Amino acid sequence: MLVGLAPPTRSALVRPEPRPVEASDPKNHRHAERPRLASRRPKFHALAEVAIRVLAFSSIAAIILIFVFIGKEAWPLLHDSVIGKEVTLAKMWFAQQWPGYDAPEHVWQPVSEIPKYAAWPLVVGTLKVTLIAMLVAVPLGVGSALFVSQYAGRRLREIIKPTVELLAGVPSVVLGFFALMVMASWIQQVLGLDSRLNALVAGVALSFAIIPVIFTVSEEAFGAVPHSYVEASTALGAARWQTIVRVIVPAAGPGVAAGIALGLGRAVGETMIVLMASGNAAILSASPADSVRTVSATIAAELAEVVFGGPHYTVLFFLGVLLFAFTLATNLLGEFAIGRMRRRLGGMA
Amino acid sequence: MKGPARTKIPRLGDVALSLGTGLAAALVLLIVAVILGDVIYNGAPRMTLAFLTQAPREGMTAGGIFPAIFGTVALVVLMTLAVLPAGVATAIYLSEYANPSARVTRLVRVAVNNLAGVPSIVFGLFGLGFFVQFVGAGIDRALYGGQRVFGQPALVWAALTMAVLTLPVVIVATEEALAAVPRELRLASAALGASRLQTIFRVVLPQALPGILTGAILAISRGAGEVAPILFTGVAYFLPKLPGSLHDQFMQLGYHVYVLSTQSPDVDATRPILYATVLVLLLLTFALNATAVVVRSKMRRRFAGATA
Repeated sequence: MLVGLAPPTRSALVRPEPRPVEASDPKNHRHAERPRLASRRPKFHALAEVAIRVLAFSSIAAIILIFVFIGKEAWPLLHDSVIGKEVTLAKMWFAQQWPGYDAPEHVWQPVSEIPKYAAWPLVVGTLKVTLIAMLVAVPLGVGSALFVSQYAGRRLREIIKPTVELLAGVPSVVLGFFALMVMASWIQQVLGLDSRLNALVAGVALSFAIIPVIFTVSEEAFGAVPHSYVEASTALGAARWQTIVRVIVPAAGPGVAAGIALGLGRAVGETMIVLMASGNAAILSASPADSVRTVSATIAAELAEVVFGGPHYTVLFFLGVLLFAFTLATNLLGEFAIGRMRRRLGGMA
Repeated sequence: MKGPARTKIPRLGDVALSLGTGLAAALVLLIVAVILGDVIYNGAPRMTLAFLTQAPREGMTAGGIFPAIFGTVALVVLMTLAVLPAGVATAIYLSEYANPSARVTRLVRVAVNNLAGVPSIVFGLFGLGFFVQFVGAGIDRALYGGQRVFGQPALVWAALTMAVLTLPVVIVATEEALAAVPRELRLASAALGASRLQTIFRVVLPQALPGILTGAILAISRGAGEVAPILFTGVAYFLPKLPGSLHDQFMQLGYHVYVLSTQSPDVDATRPILYATVLVLLLLTFALNATAVVVRSKMRRRFAGATA
């Protein structure tokens, strides 16, 4: 499977030789003069190298297993007839006529006499919170990255960068706690909202988790713009801000986009903040003042109490697959953007 | 025609741009200051030795958080025992053994990078589906005759789930550290007749050790703060006893914060304890991160010295 591996006993830089008796073949070193370093080679070495390989392959296997096992638990949703009686993909995504409702509606009520598994309230809730978080985090993250890379003096930079790293190290449960205990009351008082916990509170708190991601990647991107660009622009008579707006920002654009994509993935998947600060009511609405229930919070809140292998369990794993797929897409997008920037700058610098 | 305008507008633009971006930076600083200030101001008075060493009493309104600290440490130690050998070996394999241009190697790298972006709740799902339901129940069938011992949420499954979550952190940091070791050192070692393994263990790894340590500390800090992956794989709100074996459940600081702040019947009575718990959790993760920063800067200096 893996080509290009030297057999374990061959030394690092010696190419395989066709002829058997060669000075470079370690087997023939045994009774000849050879460096003392090589004295304890055979058994211990083979064992150690096998160990490295076993450990390496088990962690690679773990990575593959994640893909396999989440999919495996969600798979019955697509074909199992017993689960199909209660929930199907169509029932999740199209409005259903439920007893007691006037018109077909999207309802998420997995624990009720007639379980209802409409995904839209959760997806819309997730998108709403994410959008609010991005609206706060992108200007703050990119703006402060630009400030640090272009305007800030050394001393300011040495305050701002570690502070952002500090923010990155704050566990999300602490941000959720802060949103729940402190921010929610502030926002309610200032805006006079009905529900204390809502999409706005969750979104703003979520932005605190994403700002460091966007800041770090953007700052690196701004810093990666070759100095020759700036010199050329200045030589043409451009002012500082003109150089920044017309040269540095466009050149670093893909890198900044990558930071935003990574932040987006983090926002959609982040769990504890939204679980604690969003109010967790699965209401299908566009208002940021309403309480919301996101996909990740739904999994976190409900999985502990479901019947293993049942419809609800399967649906929650399916939601996990959705999250997984979405973040995978944003990651790949980010990676693609970074690669593009590297190629572009590499080609021109 | 252009003269006067040219000298004025640029200056205005610079003022506007630096003020705008400076405001963004100031806001970020303010956010961090407010969060930390609030937690320290409200949490510090309650943080006593008794708080750190006692068990909770009277429905979490009195006593301390020792079981949660113990559970967090146990979780993180077990996680480190799992993730460090696996992560370091994977990185050694990828950077020292595997053919860098082979498709498999590149695929593994992409997988590792993407694993880092997978939401932590998805790891929780994986831990439940794989470790608890598949491995745990399998062990029970094979060794305990179907009796439930390992086939339920437990410390060991939470630790392994967290290990998978932090795997990319360790792999990426180790790979970076290995790549930073000058190639000349490897060549010199090989020229002295050392085998590849000897070169790795006696030349490359000692040089890369600070980088690997940095990765390990960052992984521990992440593992100490994450809650979502352990929700279904082993954490419990309150346990009368400390976990005594791998298949016991455990209490954990982050989860303690979550439950205290969302499900407490008497918020005002638990508030001081809650704040102090948050402060402990923050101090723990910050101390770990700060250590990582110090180790990293030491490593940078060392390499700067080596190449100069």
